[in-house]
Amino acid sequence: MRGIVKLFPGVRALDGVDLGVRPGEVHCLLGQNGAGKSTLIKVIAGAHRPDAGEIRWRGEAVALADPQAATELGVATLPQELDLVDGLSVADNIHLGHEHARFGFTRRGRTARATTELLERLGHAEISPSAEVGALSAAQRQIVSMARALSHDASLLVLDEPSAVLDQREVERLFTVIRELTAQGVAIVYISHRLEEIREIGDRVTVLKDGRTVAGGLDVESTPTPEIIRMMTGRAIEYVFPPRSNKIDDAEPMLEVRELALRGAFNGVSFDVKPGEIVGLAGLVGSGRSEIVETVYGARKATGGTVSVDGEPLRPGSVPAAVAAGIGLCPEERKSQALVLGDPVSHNITMAMLDRGGFLDFAAERAAAEELVGALDVRPSDVDREVRTLSGGNQQKVVLARWLLRECRVLLLDEPTRGVDVGARSEIYALVRDLARRGVAVVVVSSEIEEVLGLADRVLVVAEGRVLHAAPAAELTEHDVLDIVLRGIVLRGDAA
Amino acid sequence: MSALAKSNRTLGLVIALGLLCVVGAATAGERFASLDNLLTVLRLASVIGVVSVGMTFVITGGGIDLSVGAIVALSSVWATTIATQSMAEDFHWIVMVGCALLVGAGCGLVNGLLVAYGKIAPFIVTLAMLAGARGLAEIIANRRTQIVRDQGFIEFFGGSVLGIPVLVLVFALVAAGGWVLLNRTTFGRRTLAIGGNPEAARLAGLKVARHTTLLYVLLGLACGIAAVMLMARTTTGTSTHGGLYELDAIAAVVIGGTLLSGGRGTVVGTVLGVLIFTTLTNVFTLNNLDTSTQAVAKGVIIVIAVLLQQRLANRAGESHAR
Repeated sequence: MRGIVKLFPGVRALDGVDLGVRPGEVHCLLGQNGAGKSTLIKVIAGAHRPDAGEIRWRGEAVALADPQAATELGVATLPQELDLVDGLSVADNIHLGHEHARFGFTRRGRTARATTELLERLGHAEISPSAEVGALSAAQRQIVSMARALSHDASLLVLDEPSAVLDQREVERLFTVIRELTAQGVAIVYISHRLEEIREIGDRVTVLKDGRTVAGGLDVESTPTPEIIRMMTGRAIEYVFPPRSNKIDDAEPMLEVRELALRGAFNGVSFDVKPGEIVGLAGLVGSGRSEIVETVYGARKATGGTVSVDGEPLRPGSVPAAVAAGIGLCPEERKSQALVLGDPVSHNITMAMLDRGGFLDFAAERAAAEELVGALDVRPSDVDREVRTLSGGNQQKVVLARWLLRECRVLLLDEPTRGVDVGARSEIYALVRDLARRGVAVVVVSSEIEEVLGLADRVLVVAEGRVLHAAPAAELTEHDVLDIVLRGIVLRGDAA
Repeated sequence: MSALAKSNRTLGLVIALGLLCVVGAATAGERFASLDNLLTVLRLASVIGVVSVGMTFVITGGGIDLSVGAIVALSSVWATTIATQSMAEDFHWIVMVGCALLVGAGCGLVNGLLVAYGKIAPFIVTLAMLAGARGLAEIIANRRTQIVRDQGFIEFFGGSVLGIPVLVLVFALVAAGGWVLLNRTTFGRRTLAIGGNPEAARLAGLKVARHTTLLYVLLGLACGIAAVMLMARTTTGTSTHGGLYELDAIAAVVIGGTLLSGGRGTVVGTVLGVLIFTTLTNVFTLNNLDTSTQAVAKGVIIVIAVLLQQRLANRAGESHAR
């Protein structure tokens, strides 16, 4: 066995990635959000076809045309959201699609025996083959998924952030399983944001950035952690950020968040945002940053703490109350959470005004929409156009226009530039800064740390539901933020 | 759907209705093409028409209501029972009308609360209401047909104004009111937004649950109005009133061009859909074809209409992609 080599130049998501995995090793895949890890996994799993490049399996060139082809070769992928059928038993899930059967009747005894064998091989014989998968814990479900992969005789197992849903003890047991599998010759591709895990379980590491391989197959033992972080952050594209405004320190806070908590997501989050100030929340996926803004907005009901606008506390769990108090949200998933895609631009802009009753004033609606489309330079400027036909950046401007029309005083932006091209990004940054200059209190959440650092005046670093650090954006570098997040170390600094 | 595609659709429905009339005139001659027959068709269309206008709102808002026929039956039985039991001198038929409307709106409120706040699928909630309301109607009526004896009521709703039957006028008023509400008010725009993307509507600060409840109350009220009209037309209140209204109403709404998935609704289309079905029934009846044949024709028409609708939607989708 000689391992696998893959090369895919040409694709934007993956712009020339090399990855070589040897049998029986744990190969860690590292990279920030958007670096191309997910796309790479999908190529390995046969879900995406590379536009160029070569995949070799045990020395021979292969084409992974579809997921079945990958499965037949012996490649199995465990996505973050496990694809198990909750209502079926452990044994049925493991053998889904290749049941032990004769004449169309399943052979239950044989299936159960095979299941027990697989679970024993994984060191988890305590899971009953007849248990319903929906009733299992997250850790047990992972084992079932792995058993399914092994039932296909997988010799390469891709684990996408398996530890994200596990506690410390469960992670230890997972590592035991991984070590047993590698001892049997199975190769593992392990993806995680937690560098200390990679130190513990990984043999070699490949770092991706902006769809390219920055470092391929480095020996984990001999590579220092700061070196890995530096490779993950080295910048490829420069964005233009507007200059920060003057100090506004003496103003009373517009938004006050005190000891806000949401069970299972985050705890004890406190911060203030003054009029004209932009506060950024930096953190990785799953850190709780989106949950924090959604809870501030009332879209999720806080289990503790308060949110006040201009000194007035808000009723928790009520979006209408938040909107009435002057808060606006540009949500993370623009298409599914913010826009009615089949409706014209004008209707989407006026949507937050519909809480008032009465007759529609078409002339006023049109005038307001056209004015905002002009002011924000939405292209094309036709307000009757269906919003689905607009590019991501222009759709985001439509959502911003909605809150401008509502004259909101607090603006929450969750991933404001996701799916937005480079040129439109700078425009959105300028718009947000301009809003702040007009006295709006802004909160920005982004998985792109450089975006938070470039746009915000002050930054809160969030990890695992806690605010680890708060500092003026000018005093932090991307390297610092990643360092804080990945090491989970609380640096000095005032608590908000 | 663009304004052009929308007007194309309406035009298509008008042409379909026109073709039906030509067929009717050709096969039944004078018996079809007469003022009397026209008024008969309109009178028949008016009851299911009122229900269908209400249904347009619920479907546009992303829901469905299978219980409309049962609510009509319960409203008619409840109202006529009250009228029969209180033979007092000073009993005015307006009390009976009020009772029918209240019962209808009440059933709608139960549906709406369970859908919006109980977070149960509207299909299930209204299926339960279909069974429950019809059963309650049977219990109240004791399986007997109540006769409406109030002459004032029969004369008022059975009469005509300037040659137009009052029932038809009621339908026209409901349809006009529905059109204004859907197209000219923030209530209508909220309905479209919630049907188009409930999560986006919620995050834009709209009170989605309250609005959804109101939509079902509105449809319940329409059912109450329909019950009153049915009581006037048949001079009876019975638990068998409104049979299969849910299917007729949903069919008329869908044929009219309202998307079953929500977010897009047209009251004009619904009215045309109702007229097409009623005219079809009329033509079949005049040609002495039995109701089974009518049912088959109805089924075919529904399938053709929905196929055309999908074709149109796909074409609209392709033009976006370009």
